[in-house]
Amino acid sequence: MDQAVVAKDIKRSDLLEMYYYLRLTRNLEDRITALYRQGRIVGGVYTSHGMEAIAVGYASALKPDDVIAPFHRDMGAFLIRGFSPGEIIAQYLGKQAGPTKGKDGNVHMGDLKRGMIGFVSHLADNMPVAAGAALAFKIRGESRVAFAGTGDGGTSRGDFHEAMNFASVRKLPVVFFCTNNQYAYSTPLRHQMAITDVVDRAKAYGMPGEIVDGNDVADVYLACQRAIAKARAGEGPTFLEFKTMRMHGHSEHDAAKYVPRELLEAWKRKDPIIRAEQLLSQLGYGDESYFHEVGERTKKEVDVGTEFAEQSPLPEGRETLVGVFATDDEVQP
Amino acid sequence: MTTAALTQEVTYVDAISQALDEEMSCDERVFLMGEDIGAYGGAFKVTEGFQKKYGEWRVLDTPISESGIVGAAIGAAMMGLRPVVEMQFADFISCAFDQITEVAAKNHYRWGAAVPMVIRAPFGGGVHGGPFHSECPEGWFFHSPGLKIVAPSTPYDAKGLLKAAIRDPNPVLYFEHKFLYRRIKAALPHDNYIVPIGKAEVKRTGSDISIITYGAMVHLALEAAEALHKEGIELEVVDLRTLIPLDKETIYASVRKTSKAMMLHEDNKTGGIGAEISALLAEDCFDCLDGPILRIAPPDTPVPFSTPLEEFFLPKVSDIVAGAKKLAAY
Repeated sequence: MDQAVVAKDIKRSDLLEMYYYLRLTRNLEDRITALYRQGRIVGGVYTSHGMEAIAVGYASALKPDDVIAPFHRDMGAFLIRGFSPGEIIAQYLGKQAGPTKGKDGNVHMGDLKRGMIGFVSHLADNMPVAAGAALAFKIRGESRVAFAGTGDGGTSRGDFHEAMNFASVRKLPVVFFCTNNQYAYSTPLRHQMAITDVVDRAKAYGMPGEIVDGNDVADVYLACQRAIAKARAGEGPTFLEFKTMRMHGHSEHDAAKYVPRELLEAWKRKDPIIRAEQLLSQLGYGDESYFHEVGERTKKEVDVGTEFAEQSPLPEGRETLVGVFATDDEVQP
Repeated sequence: MTTAALTQEVTYVDAISQALDEEMSCDERVFLMGEDIGAYGGAFKVTEGFQKKYGEWRVLDTPISESGIVGAAIGAAMMGLRPVVEMQFADFISCAFDQITEVAAKNHYRWGAAVPMVIRAPFGGGVHGGPFHSECPEGWFFHSPGLKIVAPSTPYDAKGLLKAAIRDPNPVLYFEHKFLYRRIKAALPHDNYIVPIGKAEVKRTGSDISIITYGAMVHLALEAAEALHKEGIELEVVDLRTLIPLDKETIYASVRKTSKAMMLHEDNKTGGIGAEISALLAEDCFDCLDGPILRIAPPDTPVPFSTPLEEFFLPKVSDIVAGAKKLAAY
């Protein structure tokens, strides 16, 4: 991203805050991965390692009352929406203090009060759901926006296409994105679709689309700002393709031997944290000691969170039976 | 049901329209989505005139995207609206299976998000619809925790249960029997009544055999009960009205009284609702049973098209009479 554009279009404090969240995301997910390797995590671990700029960028561009239906590698969005590292680690440990109270694991967390729609493993299922949230905003004449995405593989599912079509027909205030990280589990993009750029899918729905450098937090932020502003102004949905690379396996159990090492080496040089630090240095917003300080600070937050999560109780077995149905007082006003 | 202050007689399908109209006029959160429901008024004309009255956005025509529409309804419901989705035919609900069972049914359990929405599904045979316009798909959802399921048999219940479904904080599947749409009529009370979800009703009392049923089959059971009465066998007809949550209390009370039970449904036999209720009775009422629990249901085939085939497929009064006589011998 051109530093002159960044200096003009992004506030220094906003950029520094995004850098903070990049570091917090990386530190938190590195800790979760370490806990997984120690056998202390219940279930699978899917990280955004090397892709942190996407969720940090888009969640920073949204307003607090906008709604997010995240992809499963969007940890930064949860942090920006106020989920604490402690709560999140508790979720991974299956603890009572996690947002789902142990009912679901890892990235399958949500909270309507914080505008986060809980992730569903069936990829792209939440894209029509986000379109429906946007429909509610439109029916009520609110200036809120829904923001939802999936991966490159998820765009092969019918729900992706049904959501794109419906949202475009009704010009709903929603922004759809695809985190194109080249692989869906072990399946490379070329076996997922016969096009090179996922963004081409938007043309079929008469929807504008944009390719975004998913490893550049400033590029992500500004592209999202443009798309969100259009949605808010009643001009309908936009589709954003964030080009990036999945740097770990599908899950932490997966060594991803099917990914060529050279490809990973090439993308390692484009790491979003390194890129952000280069940008901040060029702009004179931060230097090595600042970066070090943020790293230490976020690591400490993760330490505190880990301590909290490990000490918090597991749910009682009989809590299995609680919550199948909602009661009247639980409905959103 | 009070007999005072009744309206003119209305059909089952009109009762559904009335429920939608009343809920939409008293609660601006209620809105409708579906294929051809707007200007056209719906394949069965349930929403005729609604778009004129409530506008394009509250009576929203959608693309042919059952999964997308149900997904969108889930999103709108979580944002505080009360969507009512129309499946043009219940058969097409299979396209939305994933959204219903994985998203709508699990959101509250998983992360506490209530999903107050209704899916109206015109179901059932007897209308020469063939394999794709006659299905009874309620069994698929009966097995999915987190959904409520209702299936009214009368205009009174059709109206009252739909209003209750719209007011419920959970996803409710509303199976309306299209064979009944214009074949039955009743005068309904003027008052703003609802029929509570989770309450069965004994539609005819009898001392000899309980027949447990729902939807259009209730009328078949009543017809059979009349025929059997002439032969000295008294059937008690229990109309489930709600399939989930099941009103075990009413079912058990009836079977404890008669000591004999028959299940009757239009969904095919294997793994149907009758199988589950039979199992419950075997578990909880074994001590009071004087005979085997019988199931009267169609064979395990798709719903066939041609008249003699569909007539063979659907349960008949003679099937019920034969079952009752078999049980009466115990």
